[in-house]
Amino acid sequence: MHNTPTKQTEHLLILEPGRADKNYWRDLWRYRELFLILAWRDVSVRYKQTIIGLAWAVIRPFLTMIVFTIIFGRVAGLPSDGNAPYALMVFAAMLPWTLFSSALSEASNSLIGNANLISKVYFPRLIIPTATVVTAFIDFLISFVILVGMMIWYQYAPSWSIVLLPGFMLLALLASLGPGLWITALNVKYRDFRYIIPFVVQFGLYVSPVGFSSNVIPEQWRLVYSLNPMVGVIDGFRWAILGADSPPYWPGFALSLLVVAFFLWLGISQFRKMEKSFADMI
Amino acid sequence: MSDIVIKAEQLGKKYIIGHQRENGRYTALRDVLMQNARSVWNKTRDLVQGKPIVQGDTLEEVWALKDVNFEIRRGEAVGIIGRNGAGKSTLLKVLSRITEPSAGRVSIRGRVASLLEVGTGFHPELTGRENIYLNGAILGMTRLEIKRKFDEIVAFAEVEKFLDTPVKRYSSGMYVRLAFAVAAHLEPEILVVDEVLAVGDSAFQKKCLGKMGDVAHEGRTVLFVSHNMVAIEQLCQKAMVLQQGKVADYGSVEQALGMYLTSVSDLQKVSIADRTDRRGNQFLRFTRVALCDAGGSELEQVLSGQDVYVRFYYAASEQLCDARVHVSLAIVDRGRILINLNSYNSGSAVLDVYERGFFECVWKNFNLTAGSYDCIAFCSVNDEVADWVDSAFTILVENGDFFGQGDSTLHGIVLVPHRWYSHPDLS
Ligand SMILES: Nc1ncnc2c1ncn2[C@@H]1O[C@H](COP(=O)(O)OP(=O)(O)O)[C@@H](O)[C@H]1O
Ligand SMILES: [Mg+2]
Repeated sequence: MHNTPTKQTEHLLILEPGRADKNYWRDLWRYRELFLILAWRDVSVRYKQTIIGLAWAVIRPFLTMIVFTIIFGRVAGLPSDGNAPYALMVFAAMLPWTLFSSALSEASNSLIGNANLISKVYFPRLIIPTATVVTAFIDFLISFVILVGMMIWYQYAPSWSIVLLPGFMLLALLASLGPGLWITALNVKYRDFRYIIPFVVQFGLYVSPVGFSSNVIPEQWRLVYSLNPMVGVIDGFRWAILGADSPPYWPGFALSLLVVAFFLWLGISQFRKMEKSFADMI
Repeated sequence: MSDIVIKAEQLGKKYIIGHQRENGRYTALRDVLMQNARSVWNKTRDLVQGKPIVQGDTLEEVWALKDVNFEIRRGEAVGIIGRNGAGKSTLLKVLSRITEPSAGRVSIRGRVASLLEVGTGFHPELTGRENIYLNGAILGMTRLEIKRKFDEIVAFAEVEKFLDTPVKRYSSGMYVRLAFAVAAHLEPEILVVDEVLAVGDSAFQKKCLGKMGDVAHEGRTVLFVSHNMVAIEQLCQKAMVLQQGKVADYGSVEQALGMYLTSVSDLQKVSIADRTDRRGNQFLRFTRVALCDAGGSELEQVLSGQDVYVRFYYAASEQLCDARVHVSLAIVDRGRILINLNSYNSGSAVLDVYERGFFECVWKNFNLTAGSYDCIAFCSVNDEVADWVDSAFTILVENGDFFGQGDSTLHGIVLVPHRWYSHPDLS
């Protein structure tokens, strides 16, 4: 059987219980336009509905940054990374954190939010959670403009490491996608799982090095601390933005990468396992 | 080429549904907590064991499709008919890969596009133009394809002026037209359509049927579920009757429609013998109600325009000659009597009563439109109420060709034979 669906060699599909989908990844590629259009829908609906929504996406991390700068920088007197202003150091972490947390929340609610599509048409379901992540990324880009503004304000020049930034953005997205896929799939069966997300997001903000530098963590705990995948992501971000003189703690960074990869594998495999029954339960 | 494009072998689909254990309402918080604790425990256990879980205490398996076998050849248009819950939508969902079969196997040659609902994925905040692209992509069209057909779609939907208005401001008619227009321009090898024509005004329905007819005649394979028998007759060469998840008949349209309309499955046979919520002195007691056609064979469903013979079977305590019998069939619509057919009004109030017998009401040219009608059965003998059962049975009606015009798109509830004329006003 040839793989190219031409008029002569026709696409033959066999449906059987438990049959593994050989063409899953190819199908995913075939549906790339649907991915783009769903992402575009989410983004345009978001910005059409509320200008406030847009402002909120920018203002919230900014306000949190101010509070953290005052509490951790002034009141607690924690040190910054290298010679970076404390506010800048916090905001450089606020960006990946917000990207991660909103991508995670959007992805986790995505299947339930698109129940109607799932029960009425076929397409690789992976498209839905991944498309919603795009909205979070657009918000991120807008906040990024603020960061640029702050750097100009503080007259802080980035170093060569800024070229690594896209890689860390991708890492933040992958870090959110793993758990996001898993939770959104679980959400279809057990609707209670959606309550986990606000908790993870709240809690995570404080256990991740957002308000403080991860250099304040005692040396012997740094590896354990890096089990939180966001530690690696945030450290990488800071390094890329603030300069090459405060590189991440590499063993910890490697561990964070492993954790991200593990969750991604878990998320995708769990998602694919449950995917076939989504339409029956949603 | 008349090769087989869809082949189903022993196809089955099982749903697992949960039932809440019936133990009345919760009375104490403790019970509620216990209930929740138990269900959390059950869920966790199932989760750990990787079992499918659903809400509820007890699980029941429902086979929505069972042992379904059929073959469909290239270019055939096949109608699928069956009562509600027969498994029609489930079959279409399996064929369009929305849900996985639980047993058996289906082989499909060619790309399937499914239209299970009009306007799937339409977003109210987006404009008509944006929704055309969105919905088109969801139904499986590429951007280029949509672009190419855009003007055609807009013209078909007749919404040119509102293209840049959010669809939440559309009237429901416009919304349906736009949604259907997108779907009508799909060009898959196999098209699968659920009861989507039930919405929309009749002129537009006709237009859609025309478009679908084109599709069917272009040699594309079409599977078409509808309650509109005339549409099935017009569009399809073959029809399949589903009954409780099984293929009861698959063959020519006439044969299948006939089988569907007269099939008497035990489950659906109307029986009121065992009802206890009845009034009257029970001198006479209804035992069964049957709807028959002119030939005396029982109907599961009535077509508008058909001659219907309603039989009230009864058992009486003794035989009477020339008794004053007020027997009545009343159709209730939202608490009001819509139609009352009784022996007093129709001048047949003096009747014989047998120990075993039936009263038969002849209803020529059945004049109600599609729906299910709740009926009261009533009888008084010599001015004393003998039996009275509310909601004794329902009459299921499908639209038929009431007006004899080859068209079964009917409006309203009650149909009246009529004619319109045109005259010049010379005054
Ligand atoms: N997602 C589901 N979960 C549980 N039961 C379902 C589900 N979908 C359909 N069913 C059951 O399957 C049977 C067939 O339903 P369906 O295919 O919708 O019938 P039809 O379209 O012929 O009216 C019904 O008994 C229905 O209750
Ligand atoms: Mg249905």
